[in-house]
Amino acid sequence: MDKFDFIEMKVPARAEYVGVVRLSLSGIANRLGFSYEAIEDLKVSVSEAITNAVEHAYHDEDDGEVTVGFGVYEDRLEVMVADHGGSFNLNKVKGGIGPYEGSESVENLREGGFGLFLIDALMDKVEINNESGVVVVMTKYLHETGVGLDDDQISTRQ
Amino acid sequence: MNLNIDVTEGNGKSAMKLAGEIDAYTAPQLKEKLLPLTKIENNQVEVDLEGVHYMDSTGLGVFISALKSVNESDSKMRLINLQNRVLRLFQITGLDEIITLDTAIRGGND
Repeated sequence: MDKFDFIEMKVPARAEYVGVVRLSLSGIANRLGFSYEAIEDLKVSVSEAITNAVEHAYHDEDDGEVTVGFGVYEDRLEVMVADHGGSFNLNKVKGGIGPYEGSESVENLREGGFGLFLIDALMDKVEINNESGVVVVMTKYLHETGVGLDDDQISTRQ
Repeated sequence: MNLNIDVTEGNGKSAMKLAGEIDAYTAPQLKEKLLPLTKIENNQVEVDLEGVHYMDSTGLGVFISALKSVNESDSKMRLINLQNRVLRLFQITGLDEIITLDTAIRGGND
């Protein structure tokens, strides 16, 4: 097994803490030697995952916590975002992702549907586990040799 | 981790200047200031994003709402001076095809 350092943060499931995690993430990714562009991709992806968890908690009127784990490997960063609230409808989330297609009318455009799509587009690997709450595991390789752009996929384990 | 929002209005035009980060925390503040401008009939809404160095899908959501709203009030909206990384999100999601982006000075602070 690869050796790795693990860093864990717990923040209240509230929007004002998304930026706090983003700052920590910047520091960790910078320490690993990620490029400026890759750090920006990581910041958007991790913020999207936390925003989903925060919105989920908000809808349940639950003052929950979001746990964020950073697995720091020699060649990659793995970020886990866990929402320990109740489970949500994964099929609904998966069905609602994708880029804007020219055939859709503006009126039907979803205002909140781009989060998971962006995570998938900006990270090398994304896994979603829906067993207890929702856990999103995202991986970005230090050098883009791990996974090609066209090999991106979201895998789910239920 | 804040967003500064300046609005100048007059002569059928509303100019909004943004500086900071657009995320889950600041997007509701942006929406609250931007949507009233898009509801004015025959208005030209211009949003200057030069000072925005971080944005995610919560920002895209606000601009989609604003686009729907200007379409209903026969108004126009355009986003100007986008930083490259902010522009990239519009391109990845295909929203650059339906939202008017003026990228002439893009990446000014990069």
